[in-house]
Amino acid sequence: MSEQTLSHTTTTDAGSIPGTDVLEQMYRLMVTTTLADNRSTQEAKAGRLQAAFYPVRGMEAVCAALGAVLTPQDRMVSTYRNLGDALAKGVTLRSIMAELYGRIDGTSKGKGGPMHLHDTAVGFMATTGIVGSGLPIAVGLALANQLDGGGAATVVTFGDAATSIGAYHEAMNFAALWKLPIVFICQNNQWGEHTPIAEYAPSVELAKRASAYSMHAERVDGFDALATLHVIETAVERARRNEGPTFLECVTYRLTGHSGTADFSYVPRDELEAAMQRDPAPTFRTLLIDRGLTTSERIEALDREAEAYVLDAFQFAENSPLPHEDELFSDVFANDTWVRSVK
Amino acid sequence: MTTTERSTDTAVTSAAAMNSALDVAMAADDKIILLGEDIAEPTGGVFKVSKGLSTKYGVERVRSTPIAEQAIVGTAVGLALGGYRAVAEIMFFDFIAVCMDQVVNHAAKFRYMTGGATPTPITVRTVVGSSRFGAQHAQSLEAWFMHTPGINVVMPSSPADAKGLLAACLESEDPCLYIEHISLAYSKKEEVPTGHYSIPLGQANVLRPGRDVTLITYGPQVPVVEQAAEELAAKGIEAEVIDLRTLVPLDFDTVLSSVERTRRAVIVHEATQFCGPGAEISSHIHEELFNELIAPVQRVGSDYSPVPFSSALSGYPTVAKIVHSVEELM
Repeated sequence: MSEQTLSHTTTTDAGSIPGTDVLEQMYRLMVTTTLADNRSTQEAKAGRLQAAFYPVRGMEAVCAALGAVLTPQDRMVSTYRNLGDALAKGVTLRSIMAELYGRIDGTSKGKGGPMHLHDTAVGFMATTGIVGSGLPIAVGLALANQLDGGGAATVVTFGDAATSIGAYHEAMNFAALWKLPIVFICQNNQWGEHTPIAEYAPSVELAKRASAYSMHAERVDGFDALATLHVIETAVERARRNEGPTFLECVTYRLTGHSGTADFSYVPRDELEAAMQRDPAPTFRTLLIDRGLTTSERIEALDREAEAYVLDAFQFAENSPLPHEDELFSDVFANDTWVRSVK
Repeated sequence: MTTTERSTDTAVTSAAAMNSALDVAMAADDKIILLGEDIAEPTGGVFKVSKGLSTKYGVERVRSTPIAEQAIVGTAVGLALGGYRAVAEIMFFDFIAVCMDQVVNHAAKFRYMTGGATPTPITVRTVVGSSRFGAQHAQSLEAWFMHTPGINVVMPSSPADAKGLLAACLESEDPCLYIEHISLAYSKKEEVPTGHYSIPLGQANVLRPGRDVTLITYGPQVPVVEQAAEELAAKGIEAEVIDLRTLVPLDFDTVLSSVERTRRAVIVHEATQFCGPGAEISSHIHEELFNELIAPVQRVGSDYSPVPFSSALSGYPTVAKIVHSVEELM
């Protein structure tokens, strides 16, 4: 962990602990994310997965909180580091993994790849490979919801480094000006590719920027699943009530390299070890058992369930056919006649 | 082409014709939302294309925005994902460089990157063609977008086409870049259908029949090329004039069937000639009709410089340059 203080951190409040079903759902999502992420990295390193895969290790608690709060009516725009977000929104791991392998059963018929997952049926609207570019798009979705009469929230997730690009500031300004029903979720993992946050931002407390836009903001310990759940729930409910935008800075730490196969020896050992001590899924597991919120037997059953789910998804993806070469020319436009005349 | 009643009123400008297209579409479809700088009343857009529309449809649907092109187009893309049809006004074509990411990486590719699941049928309207403000308010950048699969590129040359093609963009299932030319917005007037009127994208218009040479052009060069055709006629050369109207999809059928007859072709545009739209069209004609051609296809585009401010300098195509180019072919 870096030296920064979590001055505005909300901590776990025993009075706001949700029911066992929600806690188990959160744990299942965390474990599934961790296992699928680790397996993807292994497959990429082994050369069996020819994809630029961006691990989400360290962000599992934030994703689990999103999964516990959001309904399919709420819409999400995510970024390329999206495995946990997609699972949280209800996208099946089978279709996610098939897309990573470039197969026809992927969310985009293998034509989008890991940076372009979507499943509009569950409100997972878009993922973008350009840092920060999803924020203005989410503003448009929130505006659509506002024009429709409101009642749902639009959530956009992005890393800390996305707060450097102009699109971020333009989107924050639009959202505050038009009081849109949107929640900006900054998954602050403290690294912009290979650059630590303190080397690219004059203030590492990103939530402070929201006050420049007169926007409500919170800063929370993103390793603390229940604290994160609480602030996300509050912000999403504000959006659903049409009470305007919220900026949430969820402070986590990236437990791996920038991409699945990249060296990350540049990450300070002591920082990484300290962060690994708080690895979200094992930490949550301990919390649930120590506080008697569920039993060891239930946890072991959930672990086995997650392992089977991940194993099945990888097998499904590996067995899924590649897209037919004819797919190259479909979906460029609604009608592919002219496209075929050009080639 | 669908046509309702013909206007019996006086002729209108392209600006008024575009206003009519937006008005008719907004009345028929309450999912159409306009976004842009200064587009609501009292300004009604700096070129007055949205004049009166915020009064009629409200500032919820005709939304003046901050000066923030990335957010204007990004919001349009998000509105499209949310089931709306957004028309984003980018005041000058040059400013599209500011929001290039949202236009080419997002709007143009969302359908493809999601295997067809999330098309983003937005219309980006923009204005080009005056050197009165210097080189950052004057560039013809259509080739950038022709080079990006997934976005239609449209450039009308007359008030009736301005209305019919804008209506087609608003009805399109795909994103459209609709480029207006400042020299055509107010000067030329003609009768335009008052009700719903749309011209299918990808249909070129043969403005003048001719047997000796095909002149292929679009947008602001249409009147220049028509004048050149008059001068050529006086010299006994009958030029066929084709207004492409849309650059994507490009009506190669009309172009090739004309050149197959005339066996000579010149492509004229205001975009820089080097790597401009004419290069692609010329290459296509050579590949398809090499044995039919009497002479190599010629191009008359703008010279390779930024658009100069001083009226003493101009790299634009002229009637004289076009006539000279044709005479070299004969």
